[in-house]
Amino acid sequence: MDIKDIIKPENLVYKKTDHMTDKVLSYCPGCGHGTAHRILMEVIDEMGVRADTIGVAPVGCSVLAYDFMNIDMQGAAHGRAPAVATGIKRCWPDKFVFTYQGDGDLAAIGTAETIHACNRGENITILFINNGIYGMTGGQMAPTTLEGMRTTTSPYGRDLESMGNPIKITELIANLPGVHYVTRQAVHTPRYVRRTKKAIFKAFDIQKNKKGLSFVEIVSNCNSGWKMTPNQSNIWMEDNMFPYYPLGDIKVDGKIINE
Amino acid sequence: MAKVIGAIVVDEEHCKGCEVCVVACPTQVIGMTDRVNSKGYHIAYMETPESCTGCANCAIVCPDGVITVYKMKKEA
Repeated sequence: MDIKDIIKPENLVYKKTDHMTDKVLSYCPGCGHGTAHRILMEVIDEMGVRADTIGVAPVGCSVLAYDFMNIDMQGAAHGRAPAVATGIKRCWPDKFVFTYQGDGDLAAIGTAETIHACNRGENITILFINNGIYGMTGGQMAPTTLEGMRTTTSPYGRDLESMGNPIKITELIANLPGVHYVTRQAVHTPRYVRRTKKAIFKAFDIQKNKKGLSFVEIVSNCNSGWKMTPNQSNIWMEDNMFPYYPLGDIKVDGKIINE
Repeated sequence: MAKVIGAIVVDEEHCKGCEVCVVACPTQVIGMTDRVNSKGYHIAYMETPESCTGCANCAIVCPDGVITVYKMKKEA
C-alpha cells in the first residue's frame, strides 16, 4: 500500500492544535517546554474555552509564550505572574486564568507572590516547569538545582553547605490551605505526556468549579543547560531528578496524600 | 483480518532533529535523514514505513509539534 493512500484528511489521527501559532518555538531542540505548551493548548482546545482563557507569561525561557499560544496572554514582571493572574481573575471571575512559569521565575524571584497567591487560594491554575537550572541566562544554578549538579555558577557541583538545599516548592505549597490540587508530572515520554494532560484537565476543571488554586509541576529537561543530548538528558532526569522530585499527586481535593 | 497501518508527515523546515520521537516509537519506524534543513538540523523520517501503526506516540512527545499522524485499516 502506498503511503499516499494513507495520508488523507479522513485518516488523520493527530496534528498540532490550531491553538498553537505557526511560529517556530524559540526553545532548544528536545526541550520539554514545547510539549508542555502544546498539551496545555490541547486541553483548552478540548474544553472549548479559548475565548474565555487568559494566560500569564513569565520571564525566563518561556517569556515568549504569548507568541506561541494563540490565546489571550499577558506578560508579567519577573516572578509576578501569580499576582497579575490574581488581578485578572478578580476582574473577570468567570474567565479561566493560568500562569506558566519556570523554576527561576516561580521558585526564586517570585517565591513571595507564589506563596501568597496560593495562601489566598486564588482560583487560578499555576503551571510550573522545573528543570533545575536557569536556562535562558546560560545555565546558572537555580534554587531547584540538585545536590552535586554542575552549572556555570556551581562548576564543582552544588554544595549543600554553602549553597543550601534544593527547594521542593511544590510540597511547600501543598501545605497551604487555599490550594485544592497539587501534582507533579513529566513530559518526556508519551505515557507521562498523557498523564500530564489529564492533570492539566483536572486543574482547569477545579478552576471551573471554583474550588481553589490548582498547581501542576512539570519536571522537565534542559539539555543545553545540562550539556547533554535530548535523549541523554531525559535518561539523566529519570535517574536523578525523579528520586528527589517524585512524580504523582501530592494534594487531591484539598487533602495531602501521605505515601 | 484487518490490520492497521499508519503514516507520519514531518514538517521538515520546523523539525529540530532532537530525536525524542526516535526512542518514543514502539516499532522503531523513525530514523534521521543524512540531509539537513535550512537551519542545519537532521530531519526525522519513516525508515521502515510498513511497521508504522499510527499510534501517534511520536507526535505526542514532539516538542515542536511537527509530526502529523494518519492511520487506516488495511485488508490483509
